[in-house]
Amino acid sequence: MAVGKEIRTQIGSIKNTQKITSAMQLVAASKMRKAQERMGATRPYADRILEVIGHLAHANPEYNHLYLDERKVKRVGYIVVSTDRGLCGGLNANLFKKVVAELGTHHGNGVEVDLAVIGSKALGFFRSFGGNVVATAGQVGDQPVVADLIGSVKVVMDAYEASKIDRVYVVYNHFVNTMTQKPTVQQLLPLPKDQSDDLSANMGTHWDYIYEPDAREVLDALLVRYVESLVYQSVVENLACEQAARMVAMKAATDNAGQLIDDLELVYNKARQAAITQEISEIVGGAAAL
Amino acid sequence: MATTMKCNVVSAEQSLYEGEVQMVIASGDLGDLGITPGHAPLITSLKPGPVRLVFENGDDELFFVSGGFLEVIPSQITILADTAERAENLDEAAALHAQEEAKRLLDEQQSEFDYSRAAIELTEAVARIRVIEQLRQRRA
Repeated sequence: MAVGKEIRTQIGSIKNTQKITSAMQLVAASKMRKAQERMGATRPYADRILEVIGHLAHANPEYNHLYLDERKVKRVGYIVVSTDRGLCGGLNANLFKKVVAELGTHHGNGVEVDLAVIGSKALGFFRSFGGNVVATAGQVGDQPVVADLIGSVKVVMDAYEASKIDRVYVVYNHFVNTMTQKPTVQQLLPLPKDQSDDLSANMGTHWDYIYEPDAREVLDALLVRYVESLVYQSVVENLACEQAARMVAMKAATDNAGQLIDDLELVYNKARQAAITQEISEIVGGAAAL
Repeated sequence: MATTMKCNVVSAEQSLYEGEVQMVIASGDLGDLGITPGHAPLITSLKPGPVRLVFENGDDELFFVSGGFLEVIPSQITILADTAERAENLDEAAALHAQEEAKRLLDEQQSEFDYSRAAIELTEAVARIRVIEQLRQRRA
């Protein structure tokens, strides 16, 4: 019977799509668990180093490191962490919206912006949107290595050290939970002061650490480690967000495909029923005419 | 004066200890340090070697760190280790093997051979073995 052949093919193709999306959902779910573990494992270190750096910004080192200096802002750098692959809902779009809003504010204040992008999605976006992209790193994979990221970060750091840019931010998705990812802008340089601490209340405003071997060596090493750890942490966190967002998006896609199939099957059955009824009435009509 | 202070030991991979301690003994770049409550604020880089935490009841625990930083502020001590392991988890055979391997590489230097890297590996292996020996002595 030729009835509803188009509908059948359509249902078939939607079923195939549904198979793919549900497989992607399962893959994302298992990858998310791993990414979340990795994020949880590196978080204590990142939190602690942030704390130490926060204290350091309060201290009055005899050696004034460049990274501690507040300068008048004429040009800022953004490190934008995005995903390499799509099909993860509005994750990247929301992040870019945030960046674009920031760019707008800076533009309004006459401040110029340099961008370093991690992940091919951000590269694609800023290539078409415009924006001064100075460095990129793509294809970081599921297990990012600090060495892969540090190249593009270094471009921004060098520019900061050469006083070409006066402030550096990193933009990434903060993992709140599986359903919620929040685009976040964090100031990387100069070091943000630790506000929540009662340290300065205890210590007064003029105090300093004892540095061993000496301030310059310790600070240089510590600050480099800080930047690495923070960028690494944001990439790892963004990865966990990516998998979570993909899982949710694919679940929605699978559900929608199911809905669509139900609707189409109803249409198909109606058409089939109508065809049968018509045939019967034709036969009955034909028999009556004899 | 308080007899204990807060202490955190974290490595890039995990948090190893968080709680009250009486004393921390670590090997800083300029020599070994013992820190008790009330120490002046201090930041130092660490050499590969042991970190010993002494708890309130006199018990202690050994860690191996492969370098990192130690921060002292009046209320707490933070150890940021590049990599850290609990001493009990150290594998002596693996450490000895690593030491031999590093020595062998240092002996038969080739032109494109990375000398500084091997030297670092050697110090790390030696430090590991030092920690294991300390642990064994205390058990005996």
